[in-house]
This record gives sequence, structure tokens and C-alpha cells, in this order.
Amino acid sequence: MKIVYLDNNATTQVAEEVLDAMMPYFRDFYGNPSSMHSFGGQVARKIREAREQAAALIGASPEEIIFTSCGTESDNAAIRSAFAAHPDRRHIVTSRVEHPAVKALCAHLARQGYRVTKLPIDKNGLLAMDQFERSLSADTAVVSLMWANNETGVLFPVEQAAEIAREKGILFHTDAVQAVGKIPINMKKNVIDMLSISGHKLHAPKGIGILYVRKGTKFSPFLIGGHQEKERRGGTENTPGIIGLGKACELAAKEMEKENTIVKSLRDKLETELLARIPNSRVNGSRLFRLPNTTNISFEYVEGEAILLLMNEYGICASSGSACTSGSLQPSHVLRAMGVPFTMAHGSIRFSLSIYNTEKEIDFVIEKLPSIIEKLRSISPYWNAVAQACTSQ
Amino acid sequence: MWEYTDKLKDHFLNPRNVGDVENPDGAAEVGSIACGDALKLSFKLDENKRIQEVRFKTFGCASAIATSSALTEIVKGMTLDEALKVTNQDIATYLGGLPQEKMHCSVMGKQALEKAIENYLGAPATEPGTRIICECFGVTEKEIERAVKENNLSTIEEVTNYTKAGGGCGNCHDAIRQIIERVRAEAKPADRPKLTNIQKIRMIEETMEREIRPTLKQDGGDIDLIDVVGNKVLVATRGACATCKASDITLKHFVESRLRDLVSPELIVEEVTP
Repeated sequence: MKIVYLDNNATTQVAEEVLDAMMPYFRDFYGNPSSMHSFGGQVARKIREAREQAAALIGASPEEIIFTSCGTESDNAAIRSAFAAHPDRRHIVTSRVEHPAVKALCAHLARQGYRVTKLPIDKNGLLAMDQFERSLSADTAVVSLMWANNETGVLFPVEQAAEIAREKGILFHTDAVQAVGKIPINMKKNVIDMLSISGHKLHAPKGIGILYVRKGTKFSPFLIGGHQEKERRGGTENTPGIIGLGKACELAAKEMEKENTIVKSLRDKLETELLARIPNSRVNGSRLFRLPNTTNISFEYVEGEAILLLMNEYGICASSGSACTSGSLQPSHVLRAMGVPFTMAHGSIRFSLSIYNTEKEIDFVIEKLPSIIEKLRSISPYWNAVAQACTSQ
Repeated sequence: MWEYTDKLKDHFLNPRNVGDVENPDGAAEVGSIACGDALKLSFKLDENKRIQEVRFKTFGCASAIATSSALTEIVKGMTLDEALKVTNQDIATYLGGLPQEKMHCSVMGKQALEKAIENYLGAPATEPGTRIICECFGVTEKEIERAVKENNLSTIEEVTNYTKAGGGCGNCHDAIRQIIERVRAEAKPADRPKLTNIQKIRMIEETMEREIRPTLKQDGGDIDLIDVVGNKVLVATRGACATCKASDITLKHFVESRLRDLVSPELIVEEVTP
């Protein structure tokens, strides 16, 4: 069965060019970049090149790039370093809709006696900026706000928020795992101190990430060990991963325009057609301030896991914010924070596209989904009553 | 991705007996859209008072739909008395097993059936005095008691997996813990299978690891199992327990009573100096 992969916010396909760039560094050039011999030294040169490629994608200098093992490590390193830099401060400001990498870390810090402010969002998923400003105090060590939400794609005005934090002498970190490679980012034009990137969200492999740390920012390493990454992250480099991520960053810079035109128009087509063909459906989150590749749609009176498994029968891959998919009993914390009604939240499906999706694939989903929803509604005890009420009006 | 059996997938993709029975003898609805699953069940009896036709409608995940479908297949042709004896475990077994986190789906099927039968018999839909323990998911004391009893549950997490109770705000965790303790204490010792010596020692070890040491460790203490002679459990206290004046009381009232509850009522705990 052909796979229609619309789950690119979960992970992405490794690009052909990325894999080609990596392969020699598994088998042929396996030297340790720290070695004195030129067999290892040539790998160090290649890593330098990857660092430059990654820096170029976000308008950073190469020495501001620290390679890590994943987005979660980058988030942990950034937030813990901020507290280490200000041992007298015990407060962090974040939002109610962060990725678990930040959310669970904040819960952990709260148990250790740190104060955590979780900013609310409005019904469109947008941040309340006046509340943000009021939440900052002399005790605040760091602000951590995601650039783009993984479930809805909604963007936070992190550049503006970073300036407010900067004025008050507070460090600013952003989890930009979903944003990097999808929207233009230029660190020369903002004052964000730290930024997390995950390789596998932009067509590099899993197991590689980046923490950007602005020059002059006090940094205390998360992994203590060897001198690697200028003693900011110990551990022998994941050389194929780093080289692959460098290549992926170079490709992302090239494809940025395509992402914001072709991918965006495919996403818009999918969204518009599904809403038109399926009654009682709606988009969750602002359609204005949003990633070009993501749409989160709720289908009322049906349950997300059941939708996913029926789509699975056609090889269509997506995600759901329903309670049943996570093993927890509550629907997605993001949708609940937005006040999405439970009748809608349980039936939410996230479609996230990439440059590798085709119009044919999108048409296939548009063709199949209405009958899937209809099938589930036909066995739902709620649907009949609603449908009858609608036709009798 | 959940590990669903092929049989479960089949009942999800091709659910049996979907719909509403026309002029049903009994009908009921359980669950709510807020909890993410709900089930409507109706049935009709034949002249021999056996279930002739039974139909369902379910809002919920794949396992909620499959367990509803399975339930209707199981009870078709049964008398109401027989149908009432079907447990959620029977439904799970029929489908070749359910992931732990999905057990509450099978509980929902059983509840719907009972309510539909109550509806037929003319009994009140909800029994008076049935206290709701979990407000988030509307789970009653009776439902929790039954899940604990029938499935031999011992932790709040297990109760949540089976009934959903305690999965929301968490305010009812204390009440659930009390129900678990009460039900387990009530379980008659005679029901317990006779243990061989090796089984007994293993169970004592497991119980100490799981139930006793974590609690003592919270207060900076610890305990080691030294030997088991007949029904005498010889232990040595460590850490804060070793110097604690109240450790005798801890041994008798906590360690011994836990072991008596969970392993064998004849056990006697004694401290030895190693």
C-alpha cells in the first residue's frame, strides 16, 4: 500500500541528499574528529562545514551552534543553564501549550520549589502579550515560549516577547523545533538568547539537534564531559548526524520559498475542501498566524483514534489530539487550553505536510475522508439527533 | 500505536449489530461525549425470554467500538440472567485481549448491558445511594469496587485504566485508595489458593518490594527480608527504622498487616538482629 504521509510535525522523511551526505561517515570516514591524525581531522572539517550550514539557515554565527542529541536535550540544556546562570532567581515564565520537553521539565522544576508561570492562550491559540509582560519579575530567570505549536501550527510572537524580556534583563529561550525550516528565521534581527532545533523535523535523521546560544550569553553545560562543542556539550560527536543535519539545513534554506507557497497552497486546499465536504467540522487555531504546513481540524461527534485507524486502512498517516491516542484520559492540553469544546477536541486530526507531498496525495485524502467520518458518525449515538435537528430547521 | 489483536481490528472495521432495535424491550445509554466515549444499547427478547436482537451505537475509539460489537455478539441468544453474568473480562477475552489502558472500554459495554436490563425489568436507572467517587468521569463507588474485586486490582493506576476513575483532576485518589484497601481486606482468605513454601516466600519478597519498602523509604527507613521459617517472617530494619523507637509498631501494624492482607493471614513478623 502506498503511504500518504501527512504527519511531518511528528517526524519527517530523511532527504535523499541528506542520507547520501551521511553514508560515507558511517563506513569510510569513521575517524574521531578530535584525533590528531588527518584521518580524524578530515571529519572535523566536515563538522565545521555542517556548523556553517546550520548557522546560515537561521542567520547565526557558527560558534553560536551547539550540536545536541535532540530537541528535548536542547530545551533541557537551555532552561537549566539559565537557572545556573542566575542561582538567585527561582521563577520561569512559559505557556500552557508547550511541548512535553518544556512542559514536563517545568513541572519537575515546580516540584523542586521553582515558581512556574504558565501563560494562557486565547481561543485562537494566541498568546496574551499583556499578561506576559505582567508576569515578569526580578525573580524571573528565564522565559521559555515555543515559536510554533506542534499541534496547531499557531505562531507565538517570540521576537517581540524576547525584546520585552531583554529590557528587564531576563534570558529568553524558544523551542523552535517546529518553526525552523518552515518559516524564515534570522537571529541577527532578534534578541532571542537561546533556540532549540530538532534534526528529524526538517528531513535530517532522529538523534541530532541543535541548541543555539547567542554570543555573550552565560552558558552552563548540561552534559559534562570532554572538550567537544567548546566544552558546552561533552560526548563524542554524532558525526553522521551532524553532517546530515548540516545538509538538511542547507536544503531547508533552498526550499523555504516552496514551503511557503506550494506546501501552503496544498495545506489550504486540503483544509478548505475538507471543511466544505464534511459538515460539523472546524479548524483549531488561528488561520492567520500559523505555520504553512499544518492544519488541525475537528470533526464533531466522532473520536480521533477511530478516524486515524480508518485512515490507516488507506495508508494515510496523521495525528490526533484525542484522549484515546495518548493513553491519557483527557484530550490534548493544547486544545483544552484553547477552550475547544470536548465534542470537538476528541475528534481532532492534525495534518502536517512537507515539500515531498503531492497534489495527488492531497486529492486522495479529500476523496477518502468524508466517507470515513460518515461511517463513524453512522455508528455514533450523538450524530443522528444532531443531523435530524439540522434538517428540520 | 496500540497493540490491537486482529479480532479487535475486525470488530472495529466491520462492527456487528450496529443501530437501534425498533420497539426495544430494554435500552440504555452510558458514558458521555466529555469522557470521549459513550455507548447506546438496545435489545429485544424472543418468546423464550432470550435476547433475540441486540444493537449498539458507540462514540469512541477503535476499542470502544470493537468491545461494543463483541458484547452484542456474546449476549445474543442468552437469557437475561446469563447475560448479566458476562464480565468485562469475558469481553476482553473474546477479542483476544485489550491493552491495559483500554480496559475501561469493556467496562462501559458491561455497564450499558446492565442498565438496559434494569430498564427492561423496570428497576430505577440509577440505584439510590450510589455515591459518585470520580466527579470528572462520573464513576460510582460500586463500579470501582466491582472492578477491584473482579480484576484483583491493587493500585490507583490500575483502577484508572479499568474504570477511568481518578484519571482527571485526581481529587478522588484518596477515596479510591480506601476502596481498594477495603475491598482487598474483605476478600476472604479462603478464596486464596493454598501456597507452597516457595510461592509464599516469593510473594512475601514481592510484597515487601512493591508495597512495604517504598513506604518505609519515604521516611528514610528500609527493611530486609532475612528468612521465612514456617509462618514466621524474619526481617531486619535499616536506616531510620533501625533507630526508631516506634519501629515495633511499624512492624506489627504496617509490615505484618500488609503481609497478612496480601500474602497469608497466618504470617507473623519478627525482627532479628543480623
